[in-house]
Amino acid sequence: MTTPLAVSLETVNLLYAVSAVLLVFGIKQLSSPRTARQGNFVAAAGMAIAVGITLFHPDVEKYGLMAVGIAVGTVIGVVSARAVKMTAIPQMVALFNGVGGGAVALIAAAEYHRLAPDLGALPVDVIAGILFGALVGSISFAGSLVAFGKLQELLPGRPLTFPGQIVVNGLLLVLAIACGVGAGVTENGIWIVLLIVLALVLGAAAVLPIGGADMPVVISLLNAFTGLAAASSGFVLGNNALIIGGTLVGASGTLLTILMGRAMNRSLANVLFGAFGAAPAAGPAAAPGASGDGAMVRQTTAEDTAVMLAYASQVMVVPGYGLAVAQAQHVTRELADLLEARGVRVRYAIHPVAGRMPGHMNVLLAEANVPYPALLDMDDANPELNRTDVALVVGANDVTNPAARSNPESPLYGMPILDVDHAKNVVVLKRSMNPGFAGIDNELYTNPKTAMLFGDAKDSLERLVAAVKAV
Amino acid sequence: MTPELIASLTIFALAVFLGFELISRVPTLLHTPLMSGTNAIHGIVLVGAMLIAGSADSTLEQVLAFVAVVFATVNVVGGFLVTDRMLHMFKGKRPEGPPEDEVP
Repeated sequence: MTTPLAVSLETVNLLYAVSAVLLVFGIKQLSSPRTARQGNFVAAAGMAIAVGITLFHPDVEKYGLMAVGIAVGTVIGVVSARAVKMTAIPQMVALFNGVGGGAVALIAAAEYHRLAPDLGALPVDVIAGILFGALVGSISFAGSLVAFGKLQELLPGRPLTFPGQIVVNGLLLVLAIACGVGAGVTENGIWIVLLIVLALVLGAAAVLPIGGADMPVVISLLNAFTGLAAASSGFVLGNNALIIGGTLVGASGTLLTILMGRAMNRSLANVLFGAFGAAPAAGPAAAPGASGDGAMVRQTTAEDTAVMLAYASQVMVVPGYGLAVAQAQHVTRELADLLEARGVRVRYAIHPVAGRMPGHMNVLLAEANVPYPALLDMDDANPELNRTDVALVVGANDVTNPAARSNPESPLYGMPILDVDHAKNVVVLKRSMNPGFAGIDNELYTNPKTAMLFGDAKDSLERLVAAVKAV
Repeated sequence: MTPELIASLTIFALAVFLGFELISRVPTLLHTPLMSGTNAIHGIVLVGAMLIAGSADSTLEQVLAFVAVVFATVNVVGGFLVTDRMLHMFKGKRPEGPPEDEVP
């Protein structure tokens, strides 16, 4: 096919500029709650313009391949974005990020193959862009897939570590860069293949030792990586849309990663190399009622808890990932409605990283039509917890662990937590005594104020609803 | 250095500052949707994949470009749709899709 559609390069670049403006506006609006949804539309419109005008780019001569590719990708994207449960959205973001990184690496490989015959004649920045894209795109691809595997529980969420891991990863990086140099000075494609393979291993090896609780920060970092890698392919292809779009994501993603780390009071270095994994690996599925160090936990029944809730003046629900997994947001709302009908004030304490991503709980509770003013963020919730009669912890664990305040030995130490133990009574709804996602015992459970109600969060809440009706 | 490269580097430097500036005051609530939204934006790499796919000659390049187009399209389409679903929830309305399955 020839180029019946081509317009001048100036026109194409002009529309890329329009697209860049829309992307900037989109990100700006995405960062404010009132305009966020519109911002997503604006950014998508910018993307549509950039993709659309590329069809008319003078360099584009053949359409068959890309048409099929876009069709296949659109079907996969639409189906997976629609089918995914709200609880599984974090890993879906990881997956979408991974394929973006993979695309950059593939572009780099294809460009290398096309340009390799006259490599010597190429400017350094083109070669550097190709190699950077291949390296960082591959790291992002493999790292994101491992993050997906951990969140999807295909891989253990617990940190996987072995001695000398940091040294090994450092060596992998050095070797990958050496292959990059090899690819730059020779014309042999084997070097870039080796570079990509090493980068894939490095990406996986770097994410495996990171605990599941830190995964949001890692995904955000890999998101920034993919952005930078995309920008590098912009340098290779001489394309401003790619440079601007990629760099915006690289920069805003880096800042977002830092902000997320700050919300958990953890530095990036601590997330990446701290290996939360210093915590000893606990055995699988400790029996309910038996805590790790032999301290006694108090078990309660739905009926007792219902009485306690019904006669409280303020109840604070502390939702966590267990609520999300059990899809218990609607029955939580039902319980809250019943209690409010009896004059109990019910509010929700949302830790910034409750669930597996910041904002995850807000999304789920909003889905169940929980009124927005009832959701308290950590700074507002902690003073209220002092005045709370019953704190109802639904599937939250690490974000309530008092060890974060009191035990400098704990890997959680220093993370701001919800001071659930300041409430008069604490009822913890939990499947078993298994430690949380970070793999750390929670001393809240052996606190004399605390009673445990074991079982699936949704079942337990349904029993509570029935019991409150009977009170 | 060519004038084109210098122009590109200028754009790059300004975009770095802009990227930082744009989201410096984002509430925690929006961290996840913002990550997801910017995730979709780096799908702009689809433009690069299309340029390669539209001019690739050898079979190897065509295969690489094809997979790159598929990957990048999934990134763009999936990314924007998932972000929209997330932000839809903040409105307090029901999702349009079928009711979500129970997780055992």
